[in-house]
Amino acid sequence: MNAALAWSDAVAAAQLFAVDPIGTGGVLVRSRAGPVRDRWLAILRGALPPSQPLRHLPLHIADGRLLGGLDLNATLLAGRPVAERGLLAEADGGVLVLAMAERLSPATTVQVTAAMDAHETVVERDGLSLRMPARFGVIALDEGLEDEFAPTALRDRLAFHVDLNEMPLRDADEVEINGEEIVAAQERLPSLKVNDAQIEAISAAAGALGIGSMRAALLAVRVARASAALSGHAVVEQDDMSLAARLVLAPRALVFPQSDKNDQQQPPDPQSEPFEGDDNTDQERPDLDRALDEVILAAVQAALPPDVLAALRASAGRSRGRSQGKAGALQKSNQRGRPAGVRRGELRAGAKLNVIETLRAAAPWQPLRRREAAATGAQPARPRVLIRKDDFRISRFKQRAESTTIFVVDASGSAALHRLAEAKGAVELLLADCYIRRDQVALIAFRGSVAEVLLPPTRSLARAKRSLAGLPGGGGTPLAAGLDAAFALSESVRRKGQTPTIILLTDGRANIARDGGQGRPRAEGDAISAAQQLRAAGITIVLVDTSPRPGALAENFAREMGARYLPLPHADATTLSKAVLASVR
Amino acid sequence: MAAVFPFSAIVGQDEMKLALLIAAVDPKVGGVLAFGDRGAGKSTAVRALAALLPKMKVVAGCRYNCDPERPAEFCDECGARATKGTLKSVTLPVPVVDLPLGATEDRVVGALDLERALARGEKAFEPGLLARAHRGFLYIDEANLLEDHLVDLLLDVAASGENVVEREGLSIRHPARFVLVGTGNPEEGELRPQLLDRFGLSVEVKTPDDLPSRIEVVRRRDAFESDTVAFITKWAKEETRLRKKITSARDRVPSVTVPNAALERAAKLCITLGTDGLRGELTLMRAARALAALEGEKSVTDDHLRRIAPPALRHRLRRNPLDDAGSSVRVDRAISEVFG
Repeated sequence: MNAALAWSDAVAAAQLFAVDPIGTGGVLVRSRAGPVRDRWLAILRGALPPSQPLRHLPLHIADGRLLGGLDLNATLLAGRPVAERGLLAEADGGVLVLAMAERLSPATTVQVTAAMDAHETVVERDGLSLRMPARFGVIALDEGLEDEFAPTALRDRLAFHVDLNEMPLRDADEVEINGEEIVAAQERLPSLKVNDAQIEAISAAAGALGIGSMRAALLAVRVARASAALSGHAVVEQDDMSLAARLVLAPRALVFPQSDKNDQQQPPDPQSEPFEGDDNTDQERPDLDRALDEVILAAVQAALPPDVLAALRASAGRSRGRSQGKAGALQKSNQRGRPAGVRRGELRAGAKLNVIETLRAAAPWQPLRRREAAATGAQPARPRVLIRKDDFRISRFKQRAESTTIFVVDASGSAALHRLAEAKGAVELLLADCYIRRDQVALIAFRGSVAEVLLPPTRSLARAKRSLAGLPGGGGTPLAAGLDAAFALSESVRRKGQTPTIILLTDGRANIARDGGQGRPRAEGDAISAAQQLRAAGITIVLVDTSPRPGALAENFAREMGARYLPLPHADATTLSKAVLASVR
Repeated sequence: MAAVFPFSAIVGQDEMKLALLIAAVDPKVGGVLAFGDRGAGKSTAVRALAALLPKMKVVAGCRYNCDPERPAEFCDECGARATKGTLKSVTLPVPVVDLPLGATEDRVVGALDLERALARGEKAFEPGLLARAHRGFLYIDEANLLEDHLVDLLLDVAASGENVVEREGLSIRHPARFVLVGTGNPEEGELRPQLLDRFGLSVEVKTPDDLPSRIEVVRRRDAFESDTVAFITKWAKEETRLRKKITSARDRVPSVTVPNAALERAAKLCITLGTDGLRGELTLMRAARALAALEGEKSVTDDHLRRIAPPALRHRLRRNPLDDAGSSVRVDRAISEVFG
């Protein structure tokens, strides 16, 4: 697809979103900040009626501001609880802009998507219980690189996925949108209907493209209707369906539709939703309007060059569930800890005053204190609420001693030959233990000339297991590179306030130096300097010697890095995992 | 309140719908956990259930939904009023209370009534979500993302059926028995094992993968959105029929017999699977009985057990956390082993 067409689609998405912001959910704009994105946003702004509120959601918004809660100022002045609208309720009837959507925390995502589903926010906070309408469309600005994506729960609910990363500025023409046309389209929208054959065609197309979620087809139907409204069609026409398929279904496609039966030999992507092939579905819907079906698929195909799909297929498995706002999850549990109640306390440095609880504590005493104040001749009525030192309530946060276990696995030829399978078994058992303690795990493997972080810290053990199972063996032993990678990862784990533990499985026979050069002496020298760096950092390390005859080499090495040395006994993996656990404790 | 998509109009998702109906027939079965694919209609089903449930009798003016026919379980306020005279009762919809993820502890358990305290200097208790959910359902969307301190609260109350509040000089206890309904997407994190255990039934939700039902989903949803009133009217008859089915099943549950053979089968199944504790067997029996009642039968048969065993047991297996999707398979295997 050429850039001009891609741009016209992006503009069409902006217009159709403006016609039905709530029905279509919104637009995911995958693009770095830049002039192209700015131009697209300007077009969108031109399309939206000026009366609609446009609210920006800051990344680390607190729940109270997002959902609404007690308006403290007004509460104090009025002497009764006054509610304050949250951002979601403020966006009602307008548009909510999520900047850096790829960093959105799971907690915030859930609040936004819940409001999108229910068209209202439910507030149960600060002694208030309110329902407020929150009907809005979402513009999610996703600046993610490579495998960083906006949360899947959000992407699923946004009809349009626009990618402007590859868009050259010269093709991104400025477009004037006639606001009156949009308003006229909005008026026509309710009367437009989609017929059964069209629904069948769009569902079939979604199926053929391997799209699992039911929302895609629903959103496509709404987009088709918006398109008909915008073009002034009396009914939803084929053009509208094609455009909807191109804008909504194409960016979600996981499988390239197979029109040629010979091509069906190609194995389907294991990660895509299970879906019956074409031949099966044909029998089940003999009366389906085949022509329409093909038109829609053709529209999608035109929007998708095959090589893009191949890349997509390859990344589909990896991107799934990977993007769930890592930053947010960690921030929540660590930087401020989980709330662990409130206690009476003094306002010392760093203590966080819990205003609501303080007010609650002061509240029952107000009439009494007022009388007292009057008796001593103090000024009446001001301040409205008499707060004493005893009333202060301090929020307490409990820092969960969360730890991340980093497995550093030597997958080189020498290790692979001997014990890689056993080491994998041992790691699996250790993973099970990490699950019980709800630790995070990460996996680094080194072989050939490089070390690779196969799995960044995660709590998903199924993924850890998958990446471990797929770990190939063979090649040189770049031990220094492996240790450097482990060091870098433990530093980043520490920065997040967690405690790293390294479990290193190797035979200690380093033969590749840091610069990738061969030769045992240099490789060993580098490995030892890397080991000393780890010791200096004071990280808990367990070295599991996987060589067939455990001996001085690895043991010496363990000493250099201040690690606990454990020979992998010629026994089952259970023995090893017990031994490791004992030494980590 | 926005219009709700009718329960009977939900396409497919038979296991989830059945589990919710069973929970509606016999709350003692315990809650329902629906985990699975995005956009498969989990939340839709729970909201639809709320509209479907038959109404219940409540002591007029009671803040804790006390049942006028069970004086033994009255809250303190109703108990005090009952000694002074007979209580009036009103008919209200069964509460389906949302526990939003951003909820604060004071709203969940209840706290000092801020308004009365500020305006009149009175110390009064304002009941929280747990009080409102008494005799009804407590619904947690994205249950796996609920904050730990709220989970702790829930575990405690769900186990004792009573909410004890000791804060701000208040000392209150009131009954809080509710059916916990949770939904979530396993990709976003797992549920704490203790909370998992509190759910009686656990269903796995998948988006339909056959074309006709996918088409039907889109078609019905589209019809609902374009003309909500007409759609609801069209399904009203079916909804009434289902509501009557629940009501009559509730009456029948106590009289459904469980033959010894069925008890033995259930025990054998649990032993084969190595489930922890007796909760699995109990839930299995209760759910099978509710299922039999729902289908108008007089006693529990193998067929009932066989159908209800997967949701009743799959989350109670001693877990192998590395097993991706093994639990359903294991239950199926055990079922064919025990039932032959």
